[in-house]
Amino acid sequence: MKYWRKPLDADRCKSPHGEIHIIHDRCKGCGFCITYCPRKVLEFSKDFNRKGYHPPTVVKPEACVNCGLCETICPEFAIWSTKVEECAVEQ
Amino acid sequence: MKEIEPVERHPHEEYLRMDRIPHIWCPTCGLGTILNAFITALKRSDIPRQDIAIVSGIGCTGRTAGYVLMDSFHSTHGRALPYATGLKLANPRLKVVVISGDGDLVAIGGNHLIHAARRNMDLAVICANNFNYAMTGGQFGPTTPETARTTTAPYGSYEHPFNVPFLVDSCGATYVARWTALHVRHLTTCFGEMLNHKGFSFTEVISPCPTVYARRNRLGSGLDLLQFYRENSVIRNNIDTRECDIRFQAQMIVGKFVQKEKPTYLDMMNTYLAEAVGKKFVPYVGPMDPAKE
Amino acid sequence: MSSKPPAVLTGPHYWDGDYACAEGAIAAGCRFFAGYPITPSTEVAERIAERFPLVGGTFIQMEDELASMAAILGAAWGGARTMTVTSGPGFSLMQENIGLGVMTETPCVVVNVQRGGPSTGLPTLTGQQDMMQARWGSHGDYEIIALSPSSPQECFDLTITSFNLSERFRLPVLLMMDECVGHMTEKVVVPKPESIKVLPRRWYRGPRDKYRPYQPDADLVPPMVRAGDDYRFHITGLTHDQRGYPVINAACQNLCVSRLVDKIRNNADHITLLDEQDTAGADVVVVSYGISYRVATKAIADARKKGIRVGSLRLVTVWPFPEKRIRELASKVRCLVMPEINLGQMFREMQRATVGTGCRTLLVPHCGGWVHNPNDILAAIVEGTK
Repeated sequence: MKYWRKPLDADRCKSPHGEIHIIHDRCKGCGFCITYCPRKVLEFSKDFNRKGYHPPTVVKPEACVNCGLCETICPEFAIWSTKVEECAVEQ
Repeated sequence: MKEIEPVERHPHEEYLRMDRIPHIWCPTCGLGTILNAFITALKRSDIPRQDIAIVSGIGCTGRTAGYVLMDSFHSTHGRALPYATGLKLANPRLKVVVISGDGDLVAIGGNHLIHAARRNMDLAVICANNFNYAMTGGQFGPTTPETARTTTAPYGSYEHPFNVPFLVDSCGATYVARWTALHVRHLTTCFGEMLNHKGFSFTEVISPCPTVYARRNRLGSGLDLLQFYRENSVIRNNIDTRECDIRFQAQMIVGKFVQKEKPTYLDMMNTYLAEAVGKKFVPYVGPMDPAKE
Repeated sequence: MSSKPPAVLTGPHYWDGDYACAEGAIAAGCRFFAGYPITPSTEVAERIAERFPLVGGTFIQMEDELASMAAILGAAWGGARTMTVTSGPGFSLMQENIGLGVMTETPCVVVNVQRGGPSTGLPTLTGQQDMMQARWGSHGDYEIIALSPSSPQECFDLTITSFNLSERFRLPVLLMMDECVGHMTEKVVVPKPESIKVLPRRWYRGPRDKYRPYQPDADLVPPMVRAGDDYRFHITGLTHDQRGYPVINAACQNLCVSRLVDKIRNNADHITLLDEQDTAGADVVVVSYGISYRVATKAIADARKKGIRVGSLRLVTVWPFPEKRIRELASKVRCLVMPEINLGQMFREMQRATVGTGCRTLLVPHCGGWVHNPNDILAAIVEGTK
């Protein structure tokens, strides 16, 4: 994250962090979560699921901030994030 | 196709009839997203699940009632609103939510829409607008923009469409909003507000229809349509609903347009009758109670 | 000391059929009404609009008959006992949702105060021209229960019977009044509340997690729940299985629709109500219903004076049609005469039921707008003796 000056408590700031869970066989490859993840955590996987679609795969797990957008935007209820240990904000 | 039992469960699964998932909606259809946002809002609200009833009509959106694990009713085409009216009046404790499509609510159900809004009946109405009758193959409806191609307007529609927020606003609705399937955060907040709103609340959710509307009009997939919504929707809260026309593939105005307080149908009925009838007035005795029979 | 008017107005009254019907509904525990005004049924709605605020009911005038029918179905699932009233044109509008009521097995009462048709017809004059529509009006295969009162007293009594039948068999029950009976003013005696038998709704009493909306009891009728009790049920007009979930195939259609039909057919003996007089040893029996019965009594009396052995069979329930009894009578009498204020509707059923018995059937039709001239019925009775 870019700052125009460094905050005084920068070393104490913690960013929320999330872990992505995907039910691969439920995905219909719509791409909503991949396109609209604000942190670009997901990409289309090269693998196919049982239905023949490419489900998402997590390419930047450390970037997920557990915003829950993928969870809410997914039409198939195939992806969600859970809160995990907060990590330090990137400099 | 029955899905293999997943090891983990999506947080919303307790609100879904998992024996009917996967649902019938197409890949990149926005209806699943709308349902998802609704369940998210439901979980955040403090209305007990048993007090919520979902009524839907016929069509793709009408199938929503079948997927929620709540008291749900799949009624006839266009008649979700009066069905919901009866349900609410028989048991005023219920919060009745109507989830139905543009054709169901505005065409065949148009008469019921204007009267339910006029009465300020305490119903929350989510109108998923994909600009056509999708379930039956993509016929045009009263929300289809001019020039859009549909199966019953193969050369393009030449009818003026409704400006739905203006329609319900002019009839007396007390909460009117329009969002798209992309605006999931706004949708979740909006649905939460509707659940708590006393009176007729109405949200039009513009939703992509990849298989029929988008295909016939060469608009790409639902993802392409969401991108279009992103680039072409402008949030204008509290704007006059007169300004909210939708033209084919043009900029659209979204936002929360109307939010006001007005006595609901039941408020009016009870206070007025108590006053007019006087001491002899007996308020509605409520529904029959199995525990007492 | 409460001076609130009672729900049951015990005692003798001088009411017309419409008012009696409204009071019958109130006595039966109906506390939700949704309707749309249409002559000659409007007085029922007006009476209910006046009385419901005094007895704790909710009355709403909906925007049309389609909304009225949908509203009473929704309200029934909310847990109320519900009713609507209409006449011919409105009855036509209600058909789709009557079908929804049959398919979802929703108890409610639909009153049709028949008038001259077709189309706008004779709004203020009588007819009995919707009898077949009562049976076949909605699309698809189904069975229905319909009753026909012949007097304001019966308008009161049969409204209560209609509610009981609708609760017992879980479907919309049709009360086929006609304008004459609806607007006829006669003595109606309302009994004490304790004497009025009101059948409670068949509530589901089993374990919550085992509830299946369409799992029937032994008599093919499933018990019911209401919205708001956390049963999380799904109701649909699509062909469905016992869970209430739509299943779109022929096998499910067979199971679903067969049960809806058998539910009534197998229980017909518990539904059929007939008023039979002097049929034993008769040569001719007059089969009638509704206001036509009242006119037929004059013709029957005149025929008896001529020495003809004539009996009367009044159909109190018109649907399911009492084929069995008609067939039995047909094998014993020479002729069955049916006067109806239409050009032959229930008559076709009667003919069908007499096939193979050698019994003659005679129709005394009437286009509507007034009742029969008793002499026309008498002439048919005389003809039947030949």
